Amino acid sequence: MLRDDTIAAISTALGEAGIGIVRLSGSESISIADRVFKPFREGSLKNVPTHRVKLGKVFDPESKRIIDEALVLVMRGPRSFTGEDVVEFQCHGGIIVLQRVLELLLNQGARLAEPGEFTKRAFLNGRIDLSQAEAVIDVIRSKTDLSLEVAIDQLEGSLSKRIQSLRDELYQLVTRIEASIDFPEDDIPEVEVMEMADVISSVQEQVIKLLKTADDGKVLREGIKTVITGKPNVGKSSLLNKLLNENRALVTDIPGTTRDVIEEVLNLQGIPFRILDTAGIRETGDYVEQLGVERSLKALDEADLIVFLLDASIPLSEEDFQILEATKNKKRIIVINKLDLPRAWEIKELSDIGETRIVETSLLSGDIDPLIEAMISFVSSGIMRSRESGIVTRTRHKHALEQALQDLKQALNTVNEGYPVDLVSIGLYGALESLGEITGETVRDNIIEQIFSQFCIGK
Amino acid sequence: MIKKYQIIVVGAGHAGCEAAWIAAKMRLSTLLLTMNIDTIAQLSCNPAIGGPAAKSHLVREIDALGGIMGKIIDKSFINIRLLNESRGPAVHALRAQADKIKYRAEMTLALQSLKHLDVRQGFVTEVLVSDGKAYGVKTKNGTEYHADAIILAPGTFLGGVLVFGDIRYPGGRVGEPASNELSENLKSLGFQMSRFQTATPPRLHADSIDFSKLNEQKGDTKIRRFSFDSERVEVEQLSCWYTRTNEKTVEVIRDNLHRSPILTGSVTGKGPRFCPSIDRKVIRFPDKVDHQIFLEPEGRYTKELYCLGLTTAMPEDVQELILRTIPGLENAKIMRAGYAVEYDFILPWQVKLSLETKLIENLFTAGQINGTSGYEEAGAQGIIAGINAAHKVLGRDEFVLKRSQAYIGVLIDDLVTKGTDEPYRMMTSRAEYRLLLRQDNADLRLRPIGHQLGLISEEYYARFEKKRNNIERTLRRLRETTVSPTEEVRSFLIEKGSGDLKKSVSLFDILRRPEISYNDLVEFFDLETLDEEEIEQVEIICKFEGYVERQQRQIEEFEQLERVLIPRGLNYRKIPGLRTEAREKLSLIQPLSLGQASRIPGVTAADINVLLVVLKGVSGDVSTGA
Repeated sequence: MLRDDTIAAISTALGEAGIGIVRLSGSESISIADRVFKPFREGSLKNVPTHRVKLGKVFDPESKRIIDEALVLVMRGPRSFTGEDVVEFQCHGGIIVLQRVLELLLNQGARLAEPGEFTKRAFLNGRIDLSQAEAVIDVIRSKTDLSLEVAIDQLEGSLSKRIQSLRDELYQLVTRIEASIDFPEDDIPEVEVMEMADVISSVQEQVIKLLKTADDGKVLREGIKTVITGKPNVGKSSLLNKLLNENRALVTDIPGTTRDVIEEVLNLQGIPFRILDTAGIRETGDYVEQLGVERSLKALDEADLIVFLLDASIPLSEEDFQILEATKNKKRIIVINKLDLPRAWEIKELSDIGETRIVETSLLSGDIDPLIEAMISFVSSGIMRSRESGIVTRTRHKHALEQALQDLKQALNTVNEGYPVDLVSIGLYGALESLGEITGETVRDNIIEQIFSQFCIGK
Repeated sequence: MIKKYQIIVVGAGHAGCEAAWIAAKMRLSTLLLTMNIDTIAQLSCNPAIGGPAAKSHLVREIDALGGIMGKIIDKSFINIRLLNESRGPAVHALRAQADKIKYRAEMTLALQSLKHLDVRQGFVTEVLVSDGKAYGVKTKNGTEYHADAIILAPGTFLGGVLVFGDIRYPGGRVGEPASNELSENLKSLGFQMSRFQTATPPRLHADSIDFSKLNEQKGDTKIRRFSFDSERVEVEQLSCWYTRTNEKTVEVIRDNLHRSPILTGSVTGKGPRFCPSIDRKVIRFPDKVDHQIFLEPEGRYTKELYCLGLTTAMPEDVQELILRTIPGLENAKIMRAGYAVEYDFILPWQVKLSLETKLIENLFTAGQINGTSGYEEAGAQGIIAGINAAHKVLGRDEFVLKRSQAYIGVLIDDLVTKGTDEPYRMMTSRAEYRLLLRQDNADLRLRPIGHQLGLISEEYYARFEKKRNNIERTLRRLRETTVSPTEEVRSFLIEKGSGDLKKSVSLFDILRRPEISYNDLVEFFDLETLDEEEIEQVEIICKFEGYVERQQRQIEEFEQLERVLIPRGLNYRKIPGLRTEAREKLSLIQPLSLGQASRIPGVTAADINVLLVVLKGVSGDVSTGA
């Protein structure tokens, strides 16, 4: 609330913008930025005079991997928007890049800014006139409320559900510890050291796993695995080419992708889509034919999203129904192509397709915007309801998990080194508070409630 | 002629005694009015002081500030035990069984011996108020007493109703009248009141108990004391005893639940969840049949035993039936039956952190009237009300302890800021910085404050300073002394069952090893000998250093918001951008700082940000990290 540490956030609206900005503010801004940025010309950001721009590479100091090329603007306080030292990274606009730059800065010690915090700091440091106080309040108010709404919204998400279940396990443990501390004569079973260690390590493992596999995180990092499928000559390669022509991804060096399969990465409004096994499509123009049904089914199985092409001009075949059946449990979009030709069947013949999105087009003459729109809405509906706030929320979730992990490690050490339970509870409270940060719940009050609801206490 | 004092304290329970003691110690002419001089500091329920859930912490804090509770129990205990020894230093809990009669007598004598205090019997019916300021009280006999500040500590007497099964009649405690006039008076002054309830178990005759069927609980062989000023004494202790209920007990209770005031609706106020009656336990946890029952002697001059665990207001014949089922108590004779008492309290948002009421200037409230429960909680408020009433009279600033300083601070902040919907009891889980708010370091935390307030005599303060200096000097010495892995040192460590030493470290690092104690080091490394309490501090600071530092960092962060003060009378209704709920709560509670505001239920982070911006506009000097 009143901290003077260094904060970071993505400060442009995410989306089609060509340039996205990640901004740092605070006394450590320049040294944090310096650790992840190498100017093309000699020198370091630390020596850059104020209000100068440097062109260079943003890289991960741990893996040495280059993330992006960026323009970096250094503004030393008090002559900056917030009145503090400010550094701006102007990156290529895609979500994935901005997200990774932001994460880098957080790893280097910046804290994710609270909603409206830049504006608030500007105001508190006298960079915004007192007469504008009301406007500042509006900004803080609307941003905070929005992010809260999204945060609550996100609680429906699978990541949040899993975080919730971790917290439940921790609550159970802390409740028992606290009950035994405050009511030592009340028949409350002692929490054994072994049991504490077990619970903490189990939660810890789950947190690590969550951090690795968090759905949308992976999606943003690795792209959405997409398979374009359909029987021969239905138009798969022309669809791919049309997509690639306009949207070939700028980022090709994506960590975590296996390089033994040749693939293409599309960047659709900042969201990366990884088209699997495209080599097959391009060389033969027909990948089902080349790989055989069995292998193609395997590829379908690994996909996050399937774009299934059907030919409107010839009757549905056994093969079409086979693919339809094989993909029935997957996220898919059905594209009905060749609408420029006379129609040989109707949509209703595709019985039992559930809620699959259907796009009708002619790849020869028509545009593919409806398909792109469907692909993007697949992402935003299923994974990130509101893209901008979603990312913030996601970063918060992740950050919370990382904080919690630190605390859990500490708690486990405390147990293993034989310290008394009271000290174990310090780390556990820390973890609960980190995990509860998103919803702003009051951990202590909850514990007290649980003590009374679970144990028969009292004299 | 109307007698004029600087401070009047109404009620001589645990809050009132503490308040009167403090006010008189601060050399203000003080009057303590009680309905009955024979029941000063009555232990109306459990004959025990201190205990877990931070009760012993509160006693220690009261004592560190210069209060009286700890000194009195040290003179009157009959059994004393340290609980939670294995669970960590911050949650150690000292509990003493009190000789109920002696506790009363010692307190009465201590108060009556004070130079600036008049103790007088009188039944207060009215607070005299003019122009929104309290200036005195009036008794049932028509006598008026005037003062610059009034402290009300009426306990359960305010509108009290006693409940025995279906029978209800007015009373403040069994055998004593309720204080209905004062309650009506407060309502007419505009206070919003509500009702709570609390209950007590039957008292049994010791000669009717078959002790051979009970388990004995002896006092500790090592006798500890509550007050930092008391001398250690050897006392022959009395034992407590325990047994358990069984299926038959639960059956009897279940068969008679239709006569429980909980179900008949004979009890209306909300009771404390941490002290449920036996009938409530059976309702809430139907599968549990073996509830613990402790028998605690009420003193050396009585055969009465307090029957802990059997709290109930069920009719007396049911209480008899219940006892018949419990091993050892089959033939128990009830001397006093268990009962419940229902009473008025004022919704605590109506008082400031200084415990002065917002509505009536110079009027302070302490204890159950503010919605708490427990002797220690009452005493804690008594001392704060006493100090603040004195400060008010002397024209000094309000005295507020922070959550990061003391459980007393946590207690009052919780009450005033969050309110309570059951009689509030302290718990260690309520404190954010538990490891620093230990009972063993209450003097290090609060004695300097007590001294500054003029509540600690120079003699005792010199003793405290010596202790503090010894601890600090020793810690410095430990940090500055380097130990090399010589043959001698290594064999010393191995002899002590500790690991080998490979490189040079400080003595502090050696003491950090769990199996090494300070006394192990004294001879070998030629350190000065310290007394037990000094060693305790040195060892805790050393062995838990990382955890202590972590909490200290958290406190620094916490205090940033506490330091942003909110000007009195800020008009929240005129602030744009606050949500309606926040606006109402803030107007009601009138927090002193942004930190306090942030703890009000219903005030969100966004509201605090808005306030921050507004405060900058008001004062122009709210700076980040200030």
